[in-house]
Amino acid sequence: MKNSLRATLKRGSMAGVATAGAAALLLTGCGAAPDAGSSATKTASNYTGCIVSDSGGFDDQSFNQSSYEGLKKSEKDLGIKVNQAESKTNNDFEPNLRAMVAAGCNLTVTVGFLLGDATKAQATANPDKHFAIIDFGYDTPIANVKPIIYDTAQAAFLAGYLAAATTKTGTVATFGGIKIPTVTIFMDGYADGVKYYNEKKGKSVKVLGWDKAKQDGSFTGDFEKQDKGKQFTQNFLDQGADIVMPVAGPVGKGAGAALKEAKAAGKDVKLIWVDSDGFLTAPDYKDIMLSSVMKQMGEAVETVVKQDTEGKFTNTPYVGTLANDGVQLAPFHDMESQVPADVKTELLQIEKDIADGKLKVESAASPKV
Amino acid sequence: MQPSAVPATAQSGSLPGGPDESESLLRRIFTGNGIVTILAVLLALILGGLLIAMTDKVVASTAGYLFARPGDFFAAVWSAATSSYVALFQGAIFNPRGTGVAGQFAPLMETLTIATPLITAGLGVALAFRAGLFNIGAQGQIIMAGILASWVGFALHLPIGLHLLLVLVAGVIGGAVWGGIVGVLKARTGAHEVIVTIMFNYIALYFLRYLLDTKLFQRPGETTPISPILDPSAVYPLLFGSQYRLHLGFLLAIAATVFVSWLLNRSTIGFEFRAVGANPKAALTAGINVPRATVLVMTIAGGLAGLAGVAQVAGTEKVLTDGVAATYGFDAITVALLGRSSPWGTFAAGLLFGAFRAGAVQMQIQTGTPIDIVLVVQSLIVLFIAAPPLVRAIFGLNPRKKQAATAGKTKQAVTTGGAA
Repeated sequence: MKNSLRATLKRGSMAGVATAGAAALLLTGCGAAPDAGSSATKTASNYTGCIVSDSGGFDDQSFNQSSYEGLKKSEKDLGIKVNQAESKTNNDFEPNLRAMVAAGCNLTVTVGFLLGDATKAQATANPDKHFAIIDFGYDTPIANVKPIIYDTAQAAFLAGYLAAATTKTGTVATFGGIKIPTVTIFMDGYADGVKYYNEKKGKSVKVLGWDKAKQDGSFTGDFEKQDKGKQFTQNFLDQGADIVMPVAGPVGKGAGAALKEAKAAGKDVKLIWVDSDGFLTAPDYKDIMLSSVMKQMGEAVETVVKQDTEGKFTNTPYVGTLANDGVQLAPFHDMESQVPADVKTELLQIEKDIADGKLKVESAASPKV
Repeated sequence: MQPSAVPATAQSGSLPGGPDESESLLRRIFTGNGIVTILAVLLALILGGLLIAMTDKVVASTAGYLFARPGDFFAAVWSAATSSYVALFQGAIFNPRGTGVAGQFAPLMETLTIATPLITAGLGVALAFRAGLFNIGAQGQIIMAGILASWVGFALHLPIGLHLLLVLVAGVIGGAVWGGIVGVLKARTGAHEVIVTIMFNYIALYFLRYLLDTKLFQRPGETTPISPILDPSAVYPLLFGSQYRLHLGFLLAIAATVFVSWLLNRSTIGFEFRAVGANPKAALTAGINVPRATVLVMTIAGGLAGLAGVAQVAGTEKVLTDGVAATYGFDAITVALLGRSSPWGTFAAGLLFGAFRAGAVQMQIQTGTPIDIVLVVQSLIVLFIAAPPLVRAIFGLNPRKKQAATAGKTKQAVTTGGAA
């Protein structure tokens, strides 16, 4: 009796599960069909904004993605049409740009210095089309190309100062993906921030991974291999560093992984993210995220698109600085309590001094404008 | 049931399993028959179409009311797949909306342009394979050719004609030496060419990155890893004016195909290559100098890949960056595979892949289909070509099972093929 009851129950529950499963399957396809006429899409504008990525793709959690998101936001806010073309290799730049011009793009955003030549060629051949290029400036300005560039060293300077002021071991570190100006500008600023702290406080905090005078340091060789980032970070930890700033896009996750392991082993270590606020974009490493050096690329793209739709396009470079919030040090979020109040005050003062021009942050890679 | 279909058909295959199983398998993959190739491409396109439909927004929303109005769903699937392929075609062959005849044929010119390095590098891989060598090193050979050719192109300033000739020679030598070293290592020490070529790819890439970090290869006053632009006298002339990118390199690719075809089928040395490829021991016994043939074939293969490197720096890119070889070196393996290692087969396969790449741009812009779909289709083609029994089973082509299978009913054909 008992047994058979259990069996019945069991069978019943099995049947229930099966029914529920089947119902779920059915339900996915059971929505009501929309009325035939309801699918009219709004085309508020005849303006087309386009974007061509470099080989990182639009999901690189770095400048391609930020720029793309900026353009997508314009699509929503301004009602423009958006065309996108992802480049898989350097060979795709020119075909993609040609296709954008042929598709009637009013403004085409190109991402990265590698697209500099291709953008120049298409801009010269199509003087009635507008272009904007991220992270690259021309020696001789082109009438229909607006460079969007960043004096990242200013924000990285703050990060360097912050790292020097909060390190427990007296050693901080940084490394890059590939030795290109848009990467080394972070490292220059960072090293200078540490140096500034040492001069002010009479300390001798060491920076591993970058020698500003020699313009040489540690580079993983690409923006892909995360295990290299992990390996580099472990080496830095072994040499006594407790704060690491990877300037290598997704490779930064490798650094995050190494630091998390070290933290699990009882070490007090921290990570400084770059490009976007890592607390939000790389939440896996929240608990070790001291701050981030941010480049506000999405906002810049949005501004340039908006200006162009209003007929106010210029080829004057947009230069992101601390003064115009184009570059920023991210909030400390969960680390708020770990940063002493006087350090916060000093950071605010430095930020003001840099923005006012009282304190000069110089890097060989800074935009020459 | 499906797994058993493979051994069943393998038994009925024309080639018996030789003493060296992996070699003979590789040989069969590289030299299988043409009908399977065409069916593999077709199958990959169908699967690719399904993938496109699956990622399409309209399809997803119509799937929500599949049972209420199924017609919408199937119409959406059909239109997603076809509009993507129509865009692919318009971007690769003929665009009816182009301005004038010139604009309408611009896609075809683009296809030929992209096919140029694929064809020459593919020939390098195919030739080496005919001599029994699996040359994975086209990537490194393209890079070395790119380094030498670009340096001659931007650092030396020579008269028109001579300059381009020197660029060409430098590039071909760069690739030939890089491939030749592999041949020497194989002939002298027996080092396996697969391992050596893979390692040589890395060496070439990191050497390139090192060079781009030196003043020698950077633009004056800049620190970005990008070389100066090649002199106008050092680049391939355009074949049909500046509205297309098609350059002289394409004619050289045709010439290279003719050359390889002659070399393999009409020359003594080509006969030796094929003999060594078929059976090195027998070739040795027959008095063929196997080490010499190995070195020579790798040198020529490297030179052909070098030609692809020249097409890059002197044809389309006109600068040297660390992405100079793109993925052409690896795509070349696929192209040679698809071309069944025959010179004209490789030529055709290069055109097909060039068309895919050229069309992908339009597909991405017109329909928003991610460019990755094209890479997936390419990969599926390789997958199906590498598994001829699978393709034969799906299309009911297995000779012995043909009568048993109900004609036309694909699914049943698979089942019968497996069960018997």
